[in-house]
Amino acid sequence: MKKYIDQGKNDTRSGYGAGMTELGRSNPNVVALCADLVGSLKIETFIAENPDRFFQIGIAEANMMGIAAGLTIGGKIPFASTFANFATGRVYDQIRQSIAYSGKNVKICASHAGITLGEDGATHQILEDIGLMKMLPGMTVINPCDYNQTKAATLAIADYNGPVYLRFGRPKVANFTPADQKFEIGKALLLNEGTDVTILATGHLVWQALIAAENLENQGISAEVINIHTIKPLDEEAVLKSVKKTGCVVSAEEHNYLGGLGESIARTLASNYPTPQEFVATKDTFGESGTPDQLMDKYGLNNKAIEEAVLKVLKRK
Amino acid sequence: MSQLIKYYNYRLDTQKIAPTFGIIKKMTMSDIKALEDIVVQTRRDILRMVHKVNSGHPGGSLGCTEFFVSLYHEIMELKEGFDMDGAGEDLFFLSNGHISPVFYSVLARKGYFPVEELNTFRLIDSRLQGHPTTHEGLPGVRVASGSLGQGMSVAIGAALAKKLNGDGHLVYSLHGDGELQEGQNWEAIMYAAGNKVDNLISTIDRNGQQIDGPTAEVLPLGNLNEKFTAFGWDVLEIQDGNNLEEVIDGLQEAKKRTGKGKPVCIIMNTIMGHGVDFMMHTHAWHGKAPNDDQLETALAQNPETLGDY
Repeated sequence: MKKYIDQGKNDTRSGYGAGMTELGRSNPNVVALCADLVGSLKIETFIAENPDRFFQIGIAEANMMGIAAGLTIGGKIPFASTFANFATGRVYDQIRQSIAYSGKNVKICASHAGITLGEDGATHQILEDIGLMKMLPGMTVINPCDYNQTKAATLAIADYNGPVYLRFGRPKVANFTPADQKFEIGKALLLNEGTDVTILATGHLVWQALIAAENLENQGISAEVINIHTIKPLDEEAVLKSVKKTGCVVSAEEHNYLGGLGESIARTLASNYPTPQEFVATKDTFGESGTPDQLMDKYGLNNKAIEEAVLKVLKRK
Repeated sequence: MSQLIKYYNYRLDTQKIAPTFGIIKKMTMSDIKALEDIVVQTRRDILRMVHKVNSGHPGGSLGCTEFFVSLYHEIMELKEGFDMDGAGEDLFFLSNGHISPVFYSVLARKGYFPVEELNTFRLIDSRLQGHPTTHEGLPGVRVASGSLGQGMSVAIGAALAKKLNGDGHLVYSLHGDGELQEGQNWEAIMYAAGNKVDNLISTIDRNGQQIDGPTAEVLPLGNLNEKFTAFGWDVLEIQDGNNLEEVIDGLQEAKKRTGKGKPVCIIMNTIMGHGVDFMMHTHAWHGKAPNDDQLETALAQNPETLGDY
């Protein structure tokens, strides 16, 4: 299989920060909002270079979403950022009415998504945000896999007119996508061709899927790996094309299996091409304190879990 | 009827509205009479709209009629036509979206969309949804409202965008008093003062009523003037928000106080259901439509001025 090289571990949130720095220099309409988490969101450079285009809202996420909606009236492109938990569940109705239903061009940029937030525990981890956001009509949902892709996605959503939920994380993870790769919203990326099984992964689980595919190859199993960075709109064509070839699928995400990427894939398959599917995801549970690696292991969100799911789904073909 | 509408539009065209900052136009008696006519006609529109579909919110709409007519016909500087960005004009945001009937009537009679469209209020396939929204593209509406407590944040965002764009126009918002029970308001109130959003005039419809009863019984709001003042706003009160001249004077005074480092709050005392005797001084008509007989009585108290739609 094609080899992917880790160019050096980095956090996806720093990819967001780097994207914001570039947008600060290239797009005068981009403005940034934050709810008292500037350091965690890595937007210090944007703020230093564009103090007039940054709004420190304080610990008031509901107000932040409303102000972001208002800033679009006047042509601004607001990037409203905080932890994923506070950017979604806490302010669902504000996003629903003032942003999504009102069709506002707001970019909700959420760090520390999923269980890899780690030691702070379940109050700060969120495993339901993809579901919450994808259910909103008109909302685009993006979960890039590494630093480079998060930076590219940050740049891409500024050029797209409409509400977007951009989800990224806290820990340093492998950075393996090309630095110059353009980000195309809604266009899945085929990372490894295979014939026995399709692995559809998003976010931090994409790198784990590549490790799994390599290990499976050593066992004589040919796994196709696709990076579903955009969960909504889902690239159904890419999903169906692959699954028609392999005949079974494993979905992998750092999210509850209720409401996540796996369910979107299952719906697509059920409507078009019913296929055995296994879900690598948390199973209707809250997280807990621990290191990111410990939590990914305990909750079955790593290459090992993907490999086991592949062996299981192959038996169901 | 269409002739009456034409006459009305002609009158609007000839009215010199849109005063600039700091210049207070002296109202003449005939100006006031023209606005009074719009107020009465608006009340008829409200009553007929909610009666037709046997739903909607007449109480708060009737109480805020003088405010809306003053704002759109006397106070705000508005461009021809409608675009979402609203650059180079004043903006208004209705936070308590359930009083959509008064909003729709005033928008229609200001020329944002045909007055005949008021016939479609709350009907299937209508742009006049139960609560205002941008979703169906109704001119004059810039954000959805109805789920309470969100409008001030949006108004602040629009005011910040105006400052960034070097646009000296003002942003107005209206909020129910009961709506202030929603916590997001106080996030917004704190932010606006802390960040000197001084191109914002937020009016509180102090009618003392909400769905379940008087605000004093449901959840007492205390002294709103002192609360806003303590948060750092410049506060003024309109003692009788159903007196047209008093409302206009209050709004003119509020305009004078903008640009001085503080957001401006107007506590506007109104009577829910004003203009219809049996709807006044009670929360009963917050979200209830009159039946045929009640409509007849109510319309008789508000005789046709500009022509029904």
